[in-house]
Amino acid sequence: MEIFDLTAHELSDLLEKKEVTDIEITSAVLKRIHQIDGDIRAYVTITEENALHAAKNVHERRNKGDALPPLAGIPMALKDNICTRGVRTTCSSRMLENFIPPYSATVVDRLLENSAVLLGKLNMDEFAMGSSTESSYFFPTRNPWDIDRVPGGSSGGSAAAVAAGEAVFALGSDTGGSIRQPAAFCGIVGMKPTYGLVSRSGVVAFASSMDQVGPLTKDVRDCALVMNAIAGYDPLDSTSVKRNVPDYTTFLTGEVKGKRIGVVREMIDDGLNPRVAEVFKKAVNKLEGLGAVVDECSLPVAAASSVPVYHIIAPAEASSNLARFDGVRFGYRAVPEKGEKYTLEEMYMKTRGKGFGPEVKRRIMMGTYVLSSGSYEKYYIKAAKVRTLIKKEFEQAYERFDVLITPTTPDLPFLLGEKVNPLDSYDSDKYTVPVNIAGLPAISIPCGFVDGLPVGMQIIAPAFREDSLFQVAYAFEQNTPYHRERPPIKRRASEEKAKGSDIDD
Amino acid sequence: MVLSRKDMEELAVLAQIALDEEELADLQSQLNNLLRYVETINEIDTENVEPTFYLLPLQNVWRQDEDGRQPLAAEEVFQNALEQERGFFKVPRIL
Repeated sequence: MEIFDLTAHELSDLLEKKEVTDIEITSAVLKRIHQIDGDIRAYVTITEENALHAAKNVHERRNKGDALPPLAGIPMALKDNICTRGVRTTCSSRMLENFIPPYSATVVDRLLENSAVLLGKLNMDEFAMGSSTESSYFFPTRNPWDIDRVPGGSSGGSAAAVAAGEAVFALGSDTGGSIRQPAAFCGIVGMKPTYGLVSRSGVVAFASSMDQVGPLTKDVRDCALVMNAIAGYDPLDSTSVKRNVPDYTTFLTGEVKGKRIGVVREMIDDGLNPRVAEVFKKAVNKLEGLGAVVDECSLPVAAASSVPVYHIIAPAEASSNLARFDGVRFGYRAVPEKGEKYTLEEMYMKTRGKGFGPEVKRRIMMGTYVLSSGSYEKYYIKAAKVRTLIKKEFEQAYERFDVLITPTTPDLPFLLGEKVNPLDSYDSDKYTVPVNIAGLPAISIPCGFVDGLPVGMQIIAPAFREDSLFQVAYAFEQNTPYHRERPPIKRRASEEKAKGSDIDD
Repeated sequence: MVLSRKDMEELAVLAQIALDEEELADLQSQLNNLLRYVETINEIDTENVEPTFYLLPLQNVWRQDEDGRQPLAAEEVFQNALEQERGFFKVPRIL
């Protein structure tokens, strides 16, 4: 295996044994980026010089004999809605094309305190609204397993970069499946932590009651290491929860004997691709073979109503959050033609009309409508009440089960341009959205392949029971080969050279 | 159809987004489809159910009004603004 194929914990072991240097690792991953990102298009911005400088710094400290944490010298990258001081943070939107944040998100500070090396910023659906990374203002990202297919979204750049060896790990954000769905599509591990466990300070808000930041990694141990670095109370996020964060690696026991696992009946029915169902069934049998106690469970309201509830609550919150983009303090501002003048309101409206792409406009309009007088009760309050029922349904299920499992997505990665109707692509989140509605933690791990395309299994735990996720995920992973597979990337003549990209081929 | 063309124009003003004719027409049909779809939740009985806006039993967070973090320097506050003057953000004339 090449350096860029290795996991963070494998690289950390090699660094400890002095078999590789921090500089060699970062150089190898940067070289990989130059080699294949023209085809994959995972990166919006590459901070090559800073990365090499940071790697050199870690290298010198290591040589001096400083005690360093496990993520020290590990090159990683961030979804481009996570603010990085001095480094352009675009949300893959024209609105923030040239935005340079004056401060970093708390999760960034924590990774840098752990001496991880920042390689750059990753492509995403505009303002995290989408499931394919096609709504990026700059260019679509490609799936490393088949470059004619989407990597999923909205953290598609994060998932594709990790799968292709263009970053050892990445952070994404997940409002309705935006970490787990692309992780499944790209054959890697992706975790959405419990709402409130990871700070959202400095992460551009989409739907504040559901957004959560989490890791995308090559295996479950790396996921635990990244969670160790980023989880925990932050006084700068008033929704962050004060509680002790355990060392998540202590739950990687490989043991699932007696764990009570519920398979959600409504998520293995007609709506599931039969070939994905086959792979998922084998995975369930595997867990049973390892000693888990598996039974069916039913979540009728969560399965049928989470997506409609989501498409009321998320746009409602987004329409409020995105009101800050008005051309005054930061971001794009529409400028009148020579000789013309805008009134203040014209400036606001033209700025937002030109600065936002179609999906973002659609969601702001939808959110504005469901919050307007006359529809507020009918849509927004109704959805908030159904949300209570969904939350209760999960709570009842956890009286019988330690974790629930589902396929992460109902289908395989789709082709670029295949899903043009917005309602079509909303469907691809139907197994992941209920988790955000209820604020629960969930992880997607590789559980097999169909025609060379990866399939993900989602494990869902009660709030703050990440320990159960890690235990079950690790036991499954250590007894299956899928996490060791790497995509055989087929190059193509790179014809498109989209605007906004900093990449030189 | 829930949303008429006139509703769409009013909504665009509420949302403060300038939309051209084509966008208004596309959005009208898309939002009407989407509303028909989300209305399926009206079949669910929510009699005596309290709405959930937040998932955690959160309390307001207070802190002493002292030191804390250093605020951003003025040049950092203004570094992303297109127009500014004497420590103010500048917008088109309103009077």
